[in-house]
Amino acid sequence: MKGTNLGEFEELVLLTIAALVQDAYSVAICDELEKHTGRVSKLGVVHTVLNRLEEKGLVKSRMGEATSARGGKRKRYYEVTQAGKIGLIRAKEVRDGLWNIIPGFNIETA
Amino acid sequence: MKTNLKKGSSENGQPPRWAQVFLAWYCRPSLLEDLEGDLNEYFDRNLRKKGARYARLVYMIDVLKFFRPYTVRKPDFLNLWIHYLMIGSYIRTSRRSLVRNKLFSFINIIGLAVSMSVGLLVIAFLADLYAYDDFQEKKDRTYRIITHQQATGQNGIDVASTSIKVGRKLGETIPGVEDFTIMRSGFSGDARIGQNAFPLEALWADQSFFKVFTFPLVTGDPGSALKEPYSLVLTEKTAKKLFADADPMGQTVRFDTINYVVTGIAKDVPHLSHLRFDALISFASADATLGKTDEYLYTWDNVWNNYVYLTLPKGETPEDAQRALDRLNTEENKAMIGQQVTVSLQPLKDVALGNHLSNNIGAATSPLVVWVLIGLAFVIILSACFNYTNLSIARALRRSREVGMRKIMGARKSHVLGQFMAESVMIALLALLISFGLYLFLRKEFLALSPEISELVSLDLSLQSILGFVALATLTGLAAGFLPAVFLSRINAVSVMKDASGLKLFKHIGLRKTLIVLQYTLSLAFIATTMIGYGQYKGLLNFDLGFSTQNVLNIKLRGADPAVLIKELEELKEVTGISQSMMVTSVGASYGALMKYKPGDSAIVWQNRVDEHYLSVHKHNLVSGSNFLLRPSKENESEVIVNQQVLKRFNIAGQDPQKALGQFVTVDGQKLSIIGVLKDFHYGTLENKIEPVVFRYSKSQPNGYLNLKIVSQDPAATMAKIERLWKSFDKVHPLEARFYNNQIEKVYSRYSTMVKVIGFVAVLAICIASLGLLGMVVFTTETRLNEISIRKVLGASEIELVYLLCKGFLALLGIGALIALPVTYLFFDKIVLTRFAYHQPIGISELFSGVLLVMMLALLLIGSQTAKAARNNPARVLKSK
Repeated sequence: MKGTNLGEFEELVLLTIAALVQDAYSVAICDELEKHTGRVSKLGVVHTVLNRLEEKGLVKSRMGEATSARGGKRKRYYEVTQAGKIGLIRAKEVRDGLWNIIPGFNIETA
Repeated sequence: MKTNLKKGSSENGQPPRWAQVFLAWYCRPSLLEDLEGDLNEYFDRNLRKKGARYARLVYMIDVLKFFRPYTVRKPDFLNLWIHYLMIGSYIRTSRRSLVRNKLFSFINIIGLAVSMSVGLLVIAFLADLYAYDDFQEKKDRTYRIITHQQATGQNGIDVASTSIKVGRKLGETIPGVEDFTIMRSGFSGDARIGQNAFPLEALWADQSFFKVFTFPLVTGDPGSALKEPYSLVLTEKTAKKLFADADPMGQTVRFDTINYVVTGIAKDVPHLSHLRFDALISFASADATLGKTDEYLYTWDNVWNNYVYLTLPKGETPEDAQRALDRLNTEENKAMIGQQVTVSLQPLKDVALGNHLSNNIGAATSPLVVWVLIGLAFVIILSACFNYTNLSIARALRRSREVGMRKIMGARKSHVLGQFMAESVMIALLALLISFGLYLFLRKEFLALSPEISELVSLDLSLQSILGFVALATLTGLAAGFLPAVFLSRINAVSVMKDASGLKLFKHIGLRKTLIVLQYTLSLAFIATTMIGYGQYKGLLNFDLGFSTQNVLNIKLRGADPAVLIKELEELKEVTGISQSMMVTSVGASYGALMKYKPGDSAIVWQNRVDEHYLSVHKHNLVSGSNFLLRPSKENESEVIVNQQVLKRFNIAGQDPQKALGQFVTVDGQKLSIIGVLKDFHYGTLENKIEPVVFRYSKSQPNGYLNLKIVSQDPAATMAKIERLWKSFDKVHPLEARFYNNQIEKVYSRYSTMVKVIGFVAVLAICIASLGLLGMVVFTTETRLNEISIRKVLGASEIELVYLLCKGFLALLGIGALIALPVTYLFFDKIVLTRFAYHQPIGISELFSGVLLVMMLALLLIGSQTAKAARNNPARVLKSK
């Protein structure tokens, strides 16, 4: 069951990783999420989610090169795996399917 | 903000060190690096935006927040397994190292052993206090009723006793009480059996006594032994004393005019019982004697001699019973005028080691005493740990190759750490063996220190205390070995194998110096405390009380008119004066009386009843007036002698002693004229201020004291003569005669005990600190032997060399003294001596003599070692290199 379901925040993180392409590491992901959602994302929360996504096999990670920034510590870069891509597309399909069957949707009336 | 940034560039620009270490410790290696990086990145951001303080705070919080199941590393069973396999090797190398450095092993082991023996004593003491009343089968559900008495406008008193009425009400109105028993203290009299008489003290107790308490009866029925009036239960010991080998059951014992029947023999009371008795008398007897004549016995506010204990059923909590007592309090206090009496429950397990209560029925120790003892032991053990730490780090050079070798063979940091911790624990356990021997000796001395202590505890070995001993040794070992183990485990294997001298031995010199200063500060503070304490104690004994206690012998009378005895005593040529008094002043006892002068103004004054010789025997000084002129019987009393404080308190005749003569005052309803005014003297102890005191005339005091002025070359022979006279005068009671000065000494005996204990601890602290210093001096001179030799070759004199080696240590001792002396002085001046209304100033010689002694000892140590090094033949030293 694990690999099949995507939580809302998990989906956001996954999308962000995909969007950042080569630069997806924890701090950058936090910043990007904050920029798009307007919510403060805590490093601790993002870290946990990244860890869980990796466990589910939706992302994979590699260590970058050491630089003088970050006290000489390397970054861990994330990349969406095939399974991750499928998961994202499925999630989008579910939504699109639902959107499609809504007959008329007028934001002013809401 | 700007200053923040500036500071940030140096120390504060880094994340907190401990947080980094903590993170590295708990985090899984696979996650560690990028987590550290992330935290660093956020740290830098916060540093720029909000300053160093904020950044460091956030870093710390984040490190703590990341402590989660998925980040924490799994326990490493492989490492534990390796430790287990290596234990044999650890023991072997430890043993070799111990044997190789005999002096240092000796210093470490002896230091630890000596200090731990104090710890053992404290543990045994505590174990005894916690084991109090453990023999009571219902200990955990037995409660005592204690009382708070609050007279309007005065300080309230907490007493362990309560009123009989509470006990009576327990049975009637309070639900959920399984059993309760009422007791009363103060029964005392001569037990007469046939022609023989024995003084005996007993407790009154009702028939439920044996239901609440576990005091097994040898013979007799526990349910009914204390039921009937005039029943008597004896302990085995008392029965033996009274009846020798005859069967006491059913025998009659007469007190005054009343016959009591022995209905039971109880086993002797165990040592660790807060409740102790020689005999029990049925409470029904108190009802039949005291209760008949005195209705006050049963009132709500008569809370001074009665004790109520109760048991709750299994599994009950005391809240319900306490609520019922609260209701009882409110109800009964409605009728009280001028005072409130509130009762509450105290668990039996809190009785022996509880807060101070007056009228305690048995031994009770204040938690403060316990904490002081723990503190003393802690400080001493810490000092010995310092020695171990200091010497081990200093000697690390010798072990560095071993550590290097182990690391090259694959030992990890944690293995080396474990090895050295294990070694120190082993040494501590070894020291425990010696320590135990010392403890056995110390225990004897401690119990002999004062009768109160041997009364209180037995210090017998128990399972708890032995477990405590081993735990103490283990903890001591861990504490002592921690820093050296950390230091050794950090050694870099490659560099140490290449060149051992590259080891930064003196890197931790600051730490070692601090430890030495701390040790000496403690030792000096202790010795100064001892000296000042002793000086003050002597000061208390020799204090000018305002009258003479020199060569005065006080004999306690036991109810017989002493006229015959006085006549016989007067014949003795050693006795130069005899007086009678109701009580002995200045030893803590006090008798109050209500005094009135002007209408509407009354106050409690202290009183003594004396005869016409009292003033001359005690050399009391009269400011004005004279001794008693008349010799009236008690009903016709008309004269009173007052002290200056009385004139001051009641403002009699403008406080003029001359004019006050002839003025009338009312004392306890008697109208008396002032015949003399005494110079102020100490009626109470020196802890209290001088208060108003009156002397009233009394021709004879059969229950008071005879005061004999003795002039004798041979006090023992005189005492023997007096004893002979006493024996023919009072055949029942043994002579109870004490010299006044000894009585005063007894009043302040707890201070002498304290001084002895602290003095002993001071000696230990000094020994341990000296041992540590010796070790450090030997080590320093050894390592600097080459330097010394070269200096000598180049022309340095021995004196110069000794000075060179000494000065560092002398500076440390100087710092120690500079801290210890002012602290000790302030401690006494601001805290201890404020308890005494009268005391002597702190002597400078007292403050410095001890310090000088310790300094001399240290100088001798340092001097002898450095001189030895300086006298070395430089040629030989340098040749062997």
